Amino acid sequence: MAVTIVLAILIIVGFLAGIRLMQSPRTALWGNRLGALSMLVAIAWTFVATGQGALSAALVYIVIGGLIGLILGQSVKMIHMPQTVALLNGFGGAASALVVWAAVLSYPGDGAEMLFWGTSGLALGVGTLTFSGSIIAVLKLQGLAFRQPIQLKGHGHILRAAILVAALLVLINMSLPGQYYFQFLPVIALLGLLAGFFMTLRIGGADMPIVISLLNSFSGIAASIAGLAVENVILAGTGALVGVAGMILTRIMCRAMNRSLFSVLAGFTPGKKEKAYPSLEDDQSAAETSPAVNEAVAEEAKKSEAGAGSEPAAEKDSKTNLPDIINQAKRVIIVPGYGMAVAQAQNAVKQLLDALEAQDKEVKFAIHPVAGRMPGHMNVLLAEAGIDYEKLMDLDAINPQFDHADLVIIVGACDVVNPAANAAEGTPISGMPILNAEKAKHVIVCNIDEKPGYSGVDNLLYEQSHVYSFWGDAAETIPQLTEMISKR
Amino acid sequence: MILAMLIILIAAALLGYKVISAVPPLLHTPLMSGMNALSGITVIGAIAVFFTAPAGAEGWAAAALILAMINVAGGFWVTERMLRMFKGKAKESEVQEIPWQ
Repeated sequence: MAVTIVLAILIIVGFLAGIRLMQSPRTALWGNRLGALSMLVAIAWTFVATGQGALSAALVYIVIGGLIGLILGQSVKMIHMPQTVALLNGFGGAASALVVWAAVLSYPGDGAEMLFWGTSGLALGVGTLTFSGSIIAVLKLQGLAFRQPIQLKGHGHILRAAILVAALLVLINMSLPGQYYFQFLPVIALLGLLAGFFMTLRIGGADMPIVISLLNSFSGIAASIAGLAVENVILAGTGALVGVAGMILTRIMCRAMNRSLFSVLAGFTPGKKEKAYPSLEDDQSAAETSPAVNEAVAEEAKKSEAGAGSEPAAEKDSKTNLPDIINQAKRVIIVPGYGMAVAQAQNAVKQLLDALEAQDKEVKFAIHPVAGRMPGHMNVLLAEAGIDYEKLMDLDAINPQFDHADLVIIVGACDVVNPAANAAEGTPISGMPILNAEKAKHVIVCNIDEKPGYSGVDNLLYEQSHVYSFWGDAAETIPQLTEMISKR
Repeated sequence: MILAMLIILIAAALLGYKVISAVPPLLHTPLMSGMNALSGITVIGAIAVFFTAPAGAEGWAAAALILAMINVAGGFWVTERMLRMFKGKAKESEVQEIPWQ
């Protein structure tokens, strides 16, 4: 037993050290590999500890799962990372629920341990909730189903009832150990599935970063409780690590979006009052995967551009000034948003960056925490396009620098640069931390149209005199900006 | 055993909180996919249960084995792929950037 505990501590320390190395992009790759090595040791040790040869049926399943995982990991595109992480959250939850169920089935009949029956019920409930919730999240993110948040009649009541009854059953199961497990545990599992389904069904596209982080946390909590149930120290400790990581990210995301976890889970969508749900963000999430819808969005963009003929003349005239503004700027900050990813404009932005730097301009990127569909998503997309991570600045680092910037180019970002967050009171984004793009000398907005973002709050930035709007598909407008530079 | 388990669980959570909080937003996506891989640790529970399970329960444990291994392999590999894309030009010494004045 002493060996078990020492090894467990070593393995968990290995995981912790791996995460420690992830604190810098220079060492992160080794951190990931240290984690993988620790995992390998943990698996090998488990084979040794069970006294079974590695050459057994278990190995076959391990190889099958490992191969599927590698194929998945190799084939997934970076833009699809949110749904990939969501899917793996779901598998993690399901695996924990299955382990606990198998443990229950192989439990000696007269067992009367409260800890086992309490934790197994809990792990089963959390695991199944994580699974069904994650599958709905995947369907939403992939655009396969439930794209719009769905609020059913009595939605909240069903959700609360499912969770309450499940909790009650766990308690009964624990206090009457082993008597009713066969009747109760399947019901707990079913209620868990139901709760996860109802929890995620009514959540909107732009709230996804919060939900994915939360489900990430749940998958760890399920593993940790399952570890307690089957008395496995490594499982309990490592699960706790994952649970904590998910919680930290959930809190960061909530703060960055100015939402409380409660209001997200309750399905309150900020822009709801104007029943035509602010379409920018939502059209974008729809467009993400299906080219057909993408075209529809582009079409819509063209229409709105055609409609722009009736817009104030100042905006049209301003286009003639754009080359001067761009070419005179020395310090440029680019603010990418999810709209850039939807328009697949990363490479166009990279070319813009190269053209700007060829003119000896200083260029930096301002990355808002919620730019994308999951924490840190935008950084990955820009890194994929070949942009150095040293240029990617987070909110706190970049905000003081807007004062000294000659030009800000906004690509597909709306709410995160809306000064209404600071200026207006009582809007859904009031008090939300934003990128102070308005502080720059000039701002060029390359968004698809002038509609408000997910929050439904009109962007005050668009009205300011030093802001020039350049509506349209970023994959087309950004190259036009790049050309303006090359001309000189 | 239970006490030891709880102590290790709480220690892991506290240390994890400290270490994870310091991961920069730049790397939050790889952090999450890495956590997917770690949540595949359930595989060791599945192995143990697989060998003790009676005939009827083996299938459940086998399903858990497969799903958990998808997490382990998929999580680590996709994290590896992502982190390889994070390239910086500057050397360590040059990174200390002078903020714009």
